[in-house]
Amino acid sequence: MTGVEGHTPISHPIDAPHLGDPIVRAERIEKYYGRNHVLRGMDMEVRRGEAVMLIGRSGSGKTTFLRCVNFLEEPSAGSVEIEGVRVEADPLHSRDKAHLEQIRQIRIQAGMVFQDFNLFPHMSVLQNLIEAPTRVLKVPRAEAVERAEAYLAKVGLAEKRDEYPARLSGGQKQRVAIARALCMEPKVLLFDEPTSALDPDLIGEVLKVMEELAHEGSTMIVVTHELHFAREAADRVVFLEEGRVIEEGPPEKILNDPDDDRCRQFLRRFLSA
Amino acid sequence: MTVAEIPQPGSLLAQIEESQARYRSIFRLKFFATWAGLIGLLLAGLYFTGNIDTAFIAEWGPFIIGGAGLTVFVSAVSIVFATILALIGAIGRLSRNPYINGIASLYVSLVRGTPLIVQIYFIYLALPQLGIVLAAIPSGIIALSFNYGAYMTEVFRAGIQAVPRGQREAAQSLGLTERLVMWRIVMPQAFRIVIPAIGNDFVAMLKDSSLVSILAVEELLFRSQLVGRQNFRSLEALVIAAAVYWLLTIIFSYFQQRLELRMARGDR
Repeated sequence: MTGVEGHTPISHPIDAPHLGDPIVRAERIEKYYGRNHVLRGMDMEVRRGEAVMLIGRSGSGKTTFLRCVNFLEEPSAGSVEIEGVRVEADPLHSRDKAHLEQIRQIRIQAGMVFQDFNLFPHMSVLQNLIEAPTRVLKVPRAEAVERAEAYLAKVGLAEKRDEYPARLSGGQKQRVAIARALCMEPKVLLFDEPTSALDPDLIGEVLKVMEELAHEGSTMIVVTHELHFAREAADRVVFLEEGRVIEEGPPEKILNDPDDDRCRQFLRRFLSA
Repeated sequence: MTVAEIPQPGSLLAQIEESQARYRSIFRLKFFATWAGLIGLLLAGLYFTGNIDTAFIAEWGPFIIGGAGLTVFVSAVSIVFATILALIGAIGRLSRNPYINGIASLYVSLVRGTPLIVQIYFIYLALPQLGIVLAAIPSGIIALSFNYGAYMTEVFRAGIQAVPRGQREAAQSLGLTERLVMWRIVMPQAFRIVIPAIGNDFVAMLKDSSLVSILAVEELLFRSQLVGRQNFRSLEALVIAAAVYWLLTIIFSYFQQRLELRMARGDR
């Protein structure tokens, strides 16, 4: 249960029988940019099937934390464990081959969807989707294509399989990017503000896909400003400020009646904006 | 996305398309007329000065033009080696390993800091003193390869760095190994970015290959100088050589343009 006295050590505060065992465990993550202390001891555990939404004002460390989970950002201290593969921070970049390989294993388990899509522009949609499965997982091409078509259909873009990314709208690009992540059949999905670069009228189609995924029991960590979406799809909402978890809990609690003043203030400003 | 209309004859759309097509064809006509006119004027001017020896051109023209084969050969081989050197150099310049980075940077600095003609002489005339004796054509090819390799190293490096960081991150987040990230995602995009600049270098190399004439390599310029001086007909001989260089670069530019169009496939 959420603590009453402000800061509490973080576990998984939701008592939800539909959630499985812990699958992601980030411990004591610290991050400095130069002398800027961006993450100050972030702990987070995510259980199988859980959809966790990170909210907070910009600069609070949400995105940095998410990028630390799959080591696109090197944490200054702490450790990340996904599906039993545990990697310690190595701020001096002195890792040997075996450790780099562990990071790659973590990335294989954690699919990521970026704010600005990052589809590969020199490849068709289908090539975007089968590149990693065939080359990383060594899935036979025919099977990878089949899988890609299935996930494209799932995000509603089956007919775009031979199109190049430049010919897609922002919403379509992001749905392809989601399908690309799904094609690796990851254990957890990381979404980094997936709708922030979209025109308002295209946000809905992306959120719809994500909501579907959440309700089907995909494990996901989502950095988002879409509070309505968080209310619908989250199992747990985590409010960050200054690189710390300030408060977390089920969406109806955090988004309606948070205990912490800073969280309340954030919501008030956000909802009135 | 709006559905494209098929223009009905006489409709506004048909009229607009028609007038645009007319404008384009008139522009093209005037453009080529300008070229033909100016070149014709130049040739006519030369001819009517009365100083042009057509008999010399008829006799020695084919001999001079025959040097183009070696020019193309030296340039083509050097371009291949220069590209390989530049790829290695660029990866070296971006390496986190201080030794590799140091070697690559020194190479670029040294080669860009000295004249090509000095490098050509050095390989042909100075190396034999150290016991390394190379024939003229290999010397020229090595000098050109190293020289252009250094310039192209910087082009490739800039091209690799110009690929948005998100591309690399997306590839990494999918679990691609560093090697796959480089060769499947970054390089193909970097290549597209650098084609115009590399094309420039290729054209420049084609012309700079004339410098190996100082080693008595019988390429275009050497032949033109040879018969031009002997017969006191340098004007004719050099005009022929210049025309062939020009023609070669025009042909090359044409293929470069087609390559650029092909590589731009994903852009629209």
